[in-house]
Amino acid sequence: MNLARVAAVARKEFLHVRRDPRSLGMAIAIPMLLLLLFGYALTLDVDKVPLAVWDQSRTPESRDLVARFAGSRYFDVRLRAEGYPDIERAIASREVIGALVVPRDFAARIATGLEAPVQFFVDGSDSNTATFALGYAETVARSWSREVVVRQAGLSGAGRPAEPLEVRPRVWFNEDLESKNYIVPGLIAVIMMVIAALLTSLTVAREWEQGTMEQLIATPVRPSEIVAGKLVPYFVLGMLDVFIAVAMGELLFRVPLRGSVALLFLLSAVFLVGALSMGMLISIMARSQLLATQLAMVLTFLPSFLLSGFMYAIANMPAPIRAASHVIPARYFVSILKGIYLKGVGLPVLAGEAALLSAFGAAVVLLATRKLRKTLG
Amino acid sequence: MGERLRRMLVKEFLQVFRDPRMRLMIVLMPLIQVLVFGYAVSTDVRDVPTAVVDFDRTPASRELLARFAGSGYFRFVAQTRDVAAVRRLVDRGEAEAVLRIDGGFGEDIKGGRTARLQVIVDGTDSNTAGIVLDYAGRIAGAYSDRVFLDRLARLRGPVPQPGGVVLVPRAWFNENLESRNYYVPGVIAMIVMLITLMLTSMAVVREKEIGTIEQILVSPITPVEFILGKTIPFALIGYADVFLVAGIGVFWFDVPIRGSILLLLFATALYLMTTLGIGLLISTVSRTQQQAMMTVFFVYLPAVLLSGFMFPVANMPPAVQLLTYANPLRHFLVVVRGIFLAGAGAATLWPQMAALLLIGAATLAVAARRFRKTLA
Repeated sequence: MNLARVAAVARKEFLHVRRDPRSLGMAIAIPMLLLLLFGYALTLDVDKVPLAVWDQSRTPESRDLVARFAGSRYFDVRLRAEGYPDIERAIASREVIGALVVPRDFAARIATGLEAPVQFFVDGSDSNTATFALGYAETVARSWSREVVVRQAGLSGAGRPAEPLEVRPRVWFNEDLESKNYIVPGLIAVIMMVIAALLTSLTVAREWEQGTMEQLIATPVRPSEIVAGKLVPYFVLGMLDVFIAVAMGELLFRVPLRGSVALLFLLSAVFLVGALSMGMLISIMARSQLLATQLAMVLTFLPSFLLSGFMYAIANMPAPIRAASHVIPARYFVSILKGIYLKGVGLPVLAGEAALLSAFGAAVVLLATRKLRKTLG
Repeated sequence: MGERLRRMLVKEFLQVFRDPRMRLMIVLMPLIQVLVFGYAVSTDVRDVPTAVVDFDRTPASRELLARFAGSGYFRFVAQTRDVAAVRRLVDRGEAEAVLRIDGGFGEDIKGGRTARLQVIVDGTDSNTAGIVLDYAGRIAGAYSDRVFLDRLARLRGPVPQPGGVVLVPRAWFNENLESRNYYVPGVIAMIVMLITLMLTSMAVVREKEIGTIEQILVSPITPVEFILGKTIPFALIGYADVFLVAGIGVFWFDVPIRGSILLLLFATALYLMTTLGIGLLISTVSRTQQQAMMTVFFVYLPAVLLSGFMFPVANMPPAVQLLTYANPLRHFLVVVRGIFLAGAGAATLWPQMAALLLIGAATLAVAARRFRKTLA
């Protein structure tokens, strides 16, 4: 490999990037947009579940139960319903997510020490929110039942037996359970994959489409030099994006960065080389820009978004998909990022992932060079 | 006009389908997305790898732990009294939850005092962590209830019945709370937007980039014919993808479709107006395919993220919620999910469809105006 020729290819590619200020701007704006959206607007956290209540009993007991729901920090009573049609309409229009229906004989059953069933409807279409709403409702109902049982046994005040069990929850690594703390680190991996999909996947295909590849072939430049030279400008751009992401995480979102910053950048660089080369490999094989972008979507962007553990925990996936996720490099990088950011772990814990990423990067660079050689020949 | 348009359509179809790999991609993209969302994307939490630290080792602590093990939510991967080892397990991600019972637990339970259970969760995935804490609270609550009744019985003689309120939960529209019923219909909205945005914008820009647009300009093709030629083929591909994804969803994943399929097809037409309009608009402001592609991403990513597909709109800040009304994907998602899961009809869904019509008419009008300027 001749460094002067690599530099020449890199310079040509730099000019390409510079001549197209809009693409350059987007390569920086898209990551920032993603960070802002995930940092500010997007969360799976369920705060207060909007609730409809239909109290058919209209007794002090039923009002007490409803007041428990209304006063809890989990529910926000938005609607006093007067029948099932009210509830159906409110749930269908998503005005409320849950509905509590207290039956007519509620107070009578409570008074005689019988179990008093109340209905709790929840909009199940968003299963995540529904799960939280059901859990909250059970918590409120349980604590109310406890009071009733104590009252009926005539043991309020000092005679009341102690609560048998207290759960002390502790959350490691992300004490306030903020979703941005786990989203923002993983987002760095996604951003790099976007850059690879958007920038490198087009570079070689464009040369083929415009016919400039033949001119490049006619020069003494070698395939390895083309690959290396074309990687340089996008590598610089990608690292700039990493820097922006880390800075925004630090200054804007205050995501704790507990591990080594140097290690973070080092491993980002390793991953970036692999991701960019992957885009390049796609570009070399596709020869058409449209096909290359579609392939890049399917092979790099989607898997790194959905199967890397960035948002959806890999442990919850079915076994075949869990197995398949092992060949997705972003998976290892996401766990590295979360490890460095939130757990503050270093190379001893992350050595396995780091080795796999390096192997992936080296393999894709070699493969891209070989494929280019064959197509050139 | 008919003959010229027909030829233009033939040319566009040839261009898209000439490359066998491109034919494959048009099927593969929706296929992969629907499979991933059907199988892999799940917020259901089960079998959480759990480390157990029991310093007490009494019948009481064992009973509590057995309740956790038997719940199906917690899978015990380690039982140890070495706290440092537990820390390492969590650091490596081999355990995501820790149940810790200190010495004296059994004594406290027997002696009528409050015993303590410490539940530690790995918060790196805050959604899973929240669900795990919720499960742990429910299991501990059930145990606590039983012991509490024992204590009451000891003080007051046997309590005849537990009494109190019993929650009878029922989930509407998605009885078993399966994530895939929520995501798979949404994939239709997502994939149609992606495919049509990409194909439309890049088809126009490619002509500019290769220089064939000049040949079209000197031909008798009118701007309207050009626009129709560049949209009808992709609208048809969009429809094919709707059938593909809906078919896989219904027949493979058993996602219910409770509403009218005709209504779905009609709403799809309104939705296609918006996506094709945006695609054309992108093509008028892009010179190269790379620019078009990046602009598509710049529009598509926020459209998906701010649609309620993955993140509920209700959780967003109010200002952002207002912004989502301009997002066609948001409206179409309500329509698709309403038709599939709730069996909703036009009477419920007309506001969304009206919004789609409005956005579609506006984008198409702006795109056509800009086109006339660039083509004329």
